[in-house]
Amino acid sequence: MSDHAVALSATSSNWRDDAAGPSGPKPRHMFSRRNIFLYGTLVVVALYYLLPLYVMVVTSLKGMPEIRLGNIFSPPLEITFEPWVKAWSQACTGLNCDGLSRGFWNSVRITVPSVILSIAIASVNGYALANWRFKGADTFFVILIVGAFIPYQVMIYPIVIILREIGLYGSLTGLVIVHSIFGMPILTLLFRNYFTSMPEELFRAARVDGAGFWGIYLRIMLPMSLPIFVVAIILQVTGIWNDFLFGVVYTRPDTYPMTVQLNNIVNSVQGVKEYNVNMAATILTGLVPLIVYFISGKLFVRGIAAGAVKG
Amino acid sequence: MAANGTSVSIQDLSLNFGAISVLQTLNLDVAEGEFIVLLGPSGCGKSTLLNCIAGLLDISEGRIFIKGKNVTWEEPKDRGIGMVFQSYALYPQMTVEKNLSFGLRVAGIAKDEIAKRIARAAEILQIEPLLQRKPAALSGGQRQRVAIGRALVRDVDVFLFDEPLSNLDAKLRSELRVEIKLLHRKLQNTMIYVTHDQIEAMTLADRIAVMKGGVIQQLDAPQTIYNRPVNRFVAGFLGSPAMNFVEGQLETGTTAVFKTGDLTIPLDRYSFDGTGDKSGPCVFGIRPEHVAFGEAANSMPFATDAAVEIVEPMGSDTLVWTKLGGRIFSFRVEAEKTLRNGDPIRIGFDPARASLFDTPSGNRM
Repeated sequence: MSDHAVALSATSSNWRDDAAGPSGPKPRHMFSRRNIFLYGTLVVVALYYLLPLYVMVVTSLKGMPEIRLGNIFSPPLEITFEPWVKAWSQACTGLNCDGLSRGFWNSVRITVPSVILSIAIASVNGYALANWRFKGADTFFVILIVGAFIPYQVMIYPIVIILREIGLYGSLTGLVIVHSIFGMPILTLLFRNYFTSMPEELFRAARVDGAGFWGIYLRIMLPMSLPIFVVAIILQVTGIWNDFLFGVVYTRPDTYPMTVQLNNIVNSVQGVKEYNVNMAATILTGLVPLIVYFISGKLFVRGIAAGAVKG
Repeated sequence: MAANGTSVSIQDLSLNFGAISVLQTLNLDVAEGEFIVLLGPSGCGKSTLLNCIAGLLDISEGRIFIKGKNVTWEEPKDRGIGMVFQSYALYPQMTVEKNLSFGLRVAGIAKDEIAKRIARAAEILQIEPLLQRKPAALSGGQRQRVAIGRALVRDVDVFLFDEPLSNLDAKLRSELRVEIKLLHRKLQNTMIYVTHDQIEAMTLADRIAVMKGGVIQQLDAPQTIYNRPVNRFVAGFLGSPAMNFVEGQLETGTTAVFKTGDLTIPLDRYSFDGTGDKSGPCVFGIRPEHVAFGEAANSMPFATDAAVEIVEPMGSDTLVWTKLGGRIFSFRVEAEKTLRNGDPIRIGFDPARASLFDTPSGNRM
């Protein structure tokens, strides 16, 4: 027994003397085969995605003579912002020639109220479904989820008739209502799952403290749910801003949103096709969702991770 | 104060979730200023019962009285209760002060009154330096203190604790345990405390209600529950290390004896309970600390020879495992005793300190 112990300590002192052996953090090689494959793939995929955007930006900064040369990948020899100005304020659709600006303001007037209305209603819905288990809550929830899977096309014509009957067809109000309704299933699901993931005991503590339905919602739940509100705002702003179908169906030419206006500019053929103006117009239209992503990307990821996947 | 001194009275309370019955016609009377602990394994319905008292769960049948007032249909805030949760349930976006005052602000209480109550609670719980911090900047023990403070400022008659110490580490747990006991002595409020920790139950309670399967098995003072458990479940649930159980036969002749294998334990010193001493299969239970060892064993009414199987030193004492009547059997000796596996030993005990349970029903005999 004691002999054994001596032998053990002898080996351990040998380990100490062995200075050549590995010690400390394992070294990492920058140009290992693994890294080359990994970053190589990432770079290729990134280029693949960015190339069209590059072409758009480059083309929008060129004059027409330069475009006619046909080198779509070459950077502009002479940078001009004229196509951007023209796209914003002078480009012609079949009906008028005041560019995208008209559509932009329409889109703002559609998006802002739709986003506020749909999120306000859906967050209360989700809160009620998660925390106040009323009778028939599950049935209600199932109906709502099924609603998310019904294709829009099925409902377009009935909604046209409904809006016509209540006198809102062709107005921005009508479109705002349509957007709010169609945002409801997915947003309610989002909020319900987020509120479900919050500790139940918090809700109970607030009830013992005497807060009611609205008290708990406004004073406890709302201040804790910034991430999920950011997610909802991003989903709704991009979704409603990018919407084309409802915009073209439920509005009239003077209330067309930006996407419809863009389509009309790009597709109206009057003499030469002005690629630079079209590219500039498209980038302008896509700018709003892009900015929203850049500003709130971090919060978006946090919100998705916090509530949307769970439940 | 209610005329009969009863603070909380639960009458024929039942709770069903669909077809599952969680609580079954449960009756419980808590006296004014009493500290009651609801003790049981997880899923026994103890937290559910507490939530029913708080009004956070709608009950299926029965009535609940607090301070002589029928609160069965009342909202939690109108019941005169304050509740402390296992996860603290502090509002994360509010400072400690706002957390404490939330309920009072909701109730529309005047500002100077709120300030007065917060100052008092903060002083009692010694959380004055923390008032402007957010819960995230507090340690577990501090958070639980704030949670207790939130119940304190409400100036309620009854405090409900739902496993308040389970999220804390062992050292903090024993510290806060003492603090809760001091708090009870200072405030003299009725307290109902849910836990699965038998040490907490034994140390804090005036009376313990041991629960299993939605039924209160035994409601008694801690010492009574420990020494005279009404059934085998209660006997096995309380005590660490657990009570030794030996299965055998009860034979009643001129004097009652318990027989297992070739052992015969005289029961003339054992006091039988009502249902009494009928012959048949039964379980003999004795706690490890009631077993004498060595010289002391010979002076006991019953003594026998055994051999050491395993020795578990615990620091303050040592737990020795052996066999009695073919069954595994443990007893405690002082830490100074050095025993080795296989050592022959003599053990003995006084059957007056034992518990006998009827095998089919598990009830005390």
